[in-house]
Amino acid sequence: MLDDGKPIFQQIAESIADGILTGTYPEGTQVPSTNELAAFHRINPATVGKGLGVLVDREVLHKRRGLGMFVSDGARQRVRDERTAAFRAVFVVPLLSEARSLGLDLEDVHRIIDHEGSAS
Amino acid sequence: MTQPAIRLSEVSRHFGRVRALDSVTVDIPHNAITGLLGRNGAGKTTLMSIIAGHDRADSGSVRVLGADPFERAPIMSSISFVRDNQRYPEDFTLRHLLEVAPLFHAGWDADVAEKLVAGFRLPRKTTVKKMSRGQTSSLGIVLGLASRAPVTIFDEPYLGLDATARRFFYDALMQDYIDHPRTIIVSTHLIDEMEPLLEHVVIVDGGRLVREAAADELRGSAITLSGLTDAVDDLATGHRVLQRRTVGGLSSVVIEATDADTITERATRAGAQVSPATLQDLVAAYGVEAESLEGTHA
Repeated sequence: MLDDGKPIFQQIAESIADGILTGTYPEGTQVPSTNELAAFHRINPATVGKGLGVLVDREVLHKRRGLGMFVSDGARQRVRDERTAAFRAVFVVPLLSEARSLGLDLEDVHRIIDHEGSAS
Repeated sequence: MTQPAIRLSEVSRHFGRVRALDSVTVDIPHNAITGLLGRNGAGKTTLMSIIAGHDRADSGSVRVLGADPFERAPIMSSISFVRDNQRYPEDFTLRHLLEVAPLFHAGWDADVAEKLVAGFRLPRKTTVKKMSRGQTSSLGIVLGLASRAPVTIFDEPYLGLDATARRFFYDALMQDYIDHPRTIIVSTHLIDEMEPLLEHVVIVDGGRLVREAAADELRGSAITLSGLTDAVDDLATGHRVLQRRTVGGLSSVVIEATDADTITERATRAGAQVSPATLQDLVAAYGVEAESLEGTHA
């Protein structure tokens, strides 16, 4: 992980958000500390702190003085809403652009999606 | 912002007719890890020698923790400088060096030294003169980190180290910095590898400061555009072009841009590719730029 060209602090924020979405970090529980994340990923603590700060600004995490960072109530839904809003730009637009290059029409794309959906 | 740990103002250093440093003014932040980047001959080692008090500027002012470091004992014991071609007494073994080192550094941590020696698998009875390049580098890292000096400077500390040993170094550096935050300067050509460790970045070229910024800010400040020359030129209009490569009808340019999202949308429509410029791209781009704009740009 952590090398897809995005700024590192954003990747940290996204990896924590992923954990909240999948239930690794349930609401009300503590997430790893800045220093733990820094040592684990070999990333400067200032960069990690900025990444966690992004999630505090989005009210996904909150700080408890002297204890650390905790997952806020409603955080999972907030992350889900954000990801849903980004779903079109991140997945659907590139999908359709690739389909166009390949000469696939919408019907073809629908068929592929239906097939995958029923297979999984 | 807190006082910088190191403050250089209009520092110049000549060696004969060579201008190794040309009026460099820069602050190095307190208790941060700063990367000193630039091509060979850019002036990195000279800059570090002057900060460490091993060398003296011809002109300008140097302040390290508030004092001029040149041959000043109280300051010298607060600075640990590991040069890339550091020499140690040839008939010393590791044991000798570990006995002597605490005399020079008040904060010396023997436990850290032992842990690092074990991690690097340094031989205890081999004399320094018989050590390999990688072992000498490891030795420098042990002495640099275990000194716990308030200002610790590493000049390309990884020479001769294999990938496993380098990873061990990065782990050790990060862990020890977290436990004991201090001002660390590291010069490196392994930019991609060490970039995540850095909080602050200073880029020098041809003896001059070309860029100085927080690492996160620098990473987000430029993008690479590539595709058909006409499309790329059109997209780059209005932005400062740092580097351009053209082969036939294809071009790739590194431009300064903070609004990557809007350009990405336009680029997709124009059939050009956008990727974030890496720190390595930026160092290469600023190096080339300084050459082509010699004398016209600070």
